[in-house]
Amino acid sequence: MEGTSSSPPSLTLTRPAPGALLLELGGTWQVGEATPPAALVEGEIDAGHPDHVRFDTRAVVAWDSALVSFAARVSTSARTAGATVDRGGLPDGVQRLLVLVDATPAQRAAADNRPASALARIGLRALARRDTVNHVLVAIGELTVALGKLVIGRAKFRRGDLSLQMQSTGVRALGIVSLVNGLVGLIIAFISAVQLQSFGATLYVANLTGIAMVRELGAVMTAIIVAGRTGAAFAAELGTMRVTQEIDALTTLGLSPVEYLVLPRVVAVTLMMPLLCVYAGLVGVLGGAVVGVGVIHTPPQLYFDQTIHAVSLTDLFGGIVKATTYGLLVGAAGCFMGLRAGRSAAAVGKAATSAVVAGIVLVIVACGLYAVVFYRLGL
Amino acid sequence: MERSPHITVHDLAVRYGDYVVMHDVSFTVRRGDVFVIMGGSGSGKSTLLNTMIGLVEPATGEVLYDRKSFTRAAPHERREMSRRFGVLFQFGALWSGLTLAENVALPLEQLTHLGRREIRDLAELKLDLVGLGDFTEFYPDQISGGMQKRAGLARAMALDPEILFFDEPSSGLDPVNARRLDDLIIELRDSLNTTIVVVSHDLASIFATANDGIYLDARRKTVTAWGDPKELRRHPPDRHVQAFLTRTADEESP
Repeated sequence: MEGTSSSPPSLTLTRPAPGALLLELGGTWQVGEATPPAALVEGEIDAGHPDHVRFDTRAVVAWDSALVSFAARVSTSARTAGATVDRGGLPDGVQRLLVLVDATPAQRAAADNRPASALARIGLRALARRDTVNHVLVAIGELTVALGKLVIGRAKFRRGDLSLQMQSTGVRALGIVSLVNGLVGLIIAFISAVQLQSFGATLYVANLTGIAMVRELGAVMTAIIVAGRTGAAFAAELGTMRVTQEIDALTTLGLSPVEYLVLPRVVAVTLMMPLLCVYAGLVGVLGGAVVGVGVIHTPPQLYFDQTIHAVSLTDLFGGIVKATTYGLLVGAAGCFMGLRAGRSAAAVGKAATSAVVAGIVLVIVACGLYAVVFYRLGL
Repeated sequence: MERSPHITVHDLAVRYGDYVVMHDVSFTVRRGDVFVIMGGSGSGKSTLLNTMIGLVEPATGEVLYDRKSFTRAAPHERREMSRRFGVLFQFGALWSGLTLAENVALPLEQLTHLGRREIRDLAELKLDLVGLGDFTEFYPDQISGGMQKRAGLARAMALDPEILFFDEPSSGLDPVNARRLDDLIIELRDSLNTTIVVVSHDLASIFATANDGIYLDARRKTVTAWGDPKELRRHPPDRHVQAFLTRTADEESP
């Protein structure tokens, strides 16, 4: 192939005799060149119904898979139309590759991968929903049994795992929990300062910030951080362990993955959340104090007296109870999304995403339920 | 030597949804056998092994150990039974958060009442057996794939199982290390009278180790040959088995 320079690919269709179709190819038939589409020939075959298709490639300067793919498509459609194909005119290499293409047995797909009809899709969706509900119920059951075993001291897991998880879900989260809750306290203080200024009641900034942070927002903001940090980590870790068969290895030893892997993680996050929540409330109050003392010039002593006066123990315990619940929900969602993940990298990514989404949704729903319950109880 | 049936697979069928992976699979593995599950890619070898160890539930049929049904056993009985076998997974499946010594020690910690010191000694012994005595404090991601496999074997042997399952033991190993693993398999069978079930398509290893086996046919989705692989090579029941065991290309005929 001593092509001078790259000449554009060309295709001419001629009918040298009735019932015969000759494809004259020329130029550079390479990927990336504007090669004529095979559909052109297919249209001609459909219209003209030739009995015989022949190639002439003497004018072809250079070729690669583009020509092979073109010839393969033309051959297939010619044969389907009932015409014979003479490949004698194709370059030697192309002929040999086409023999390989034909020899590859059509791999029958394991499952029918054609998209289902709309009705079938609705049905499949509904069945998938039912499966999800089943999985959730099974997960709740398994976790309850495991927690029960923990209480009677018969759960099998490494005690070291628990402290390790408490460290990574609790201590290591302090930085981001401080940042977010400090800023939230600051923002609330600013908003309330602007509103309360019109009544000349800026002292009550302390009340608003204190109650909001300790009772509600400390727990919710921390839960959202933990869902993104720890929930995703749980899902990714357990999902990867499924891919590498580490979970299978546990199962075949007769060890329960729920006891051994889920329990220490869920317990760790459930124990750490109330602590983080109390800390978050404190940082939030400090953030509010920056505005209260620094911007609206409340004397520091007065600001803190006012806060301590406003925030009751009930508020604090309310926050702690909520945070414990959120921790349980986020941890369980993360672990079970990981355990149910598929066996591929994409599936692990999906599990981590679902863990965060499910964690946050559960936290917000629980927050709403608590609001109603606390209101009813008059707390 | 007592050659009673140790594992019986009876009329097993496995399905994923509507897709039949295999059907009518029946065979027995005698005590002390090195039994190989052969077959081409996609013939369901690994699925069969996973069904035998309880990771996949069969659609019909059952697996029995010592004539006691494993498939129909209650969960706690099943856990009890599964402690009698060890599994070496295809890629080792070591617990990545634990050192090699901790990996081998974990089954002992969780399932026996041995003391700390004894567990430590046993774990080191098992790692010595597979030639990893110097690597007890290494994490799985710090050692090579072949070493991970040997460590996986040490862990599979932790509880002195009666049956060892190997999923493609020589895949990913160089020929020398693959042969070492074969020698180790034979050594285990001879010294501990362990029953060994191997999933393999490595001919050298099959002929070197196995004294019985089945061939799973990917097209017919069932067992098409059962016997000593060397015997099957001499008298193949059909051309697919012959092609597999003599490494000739299996010409596809319509």
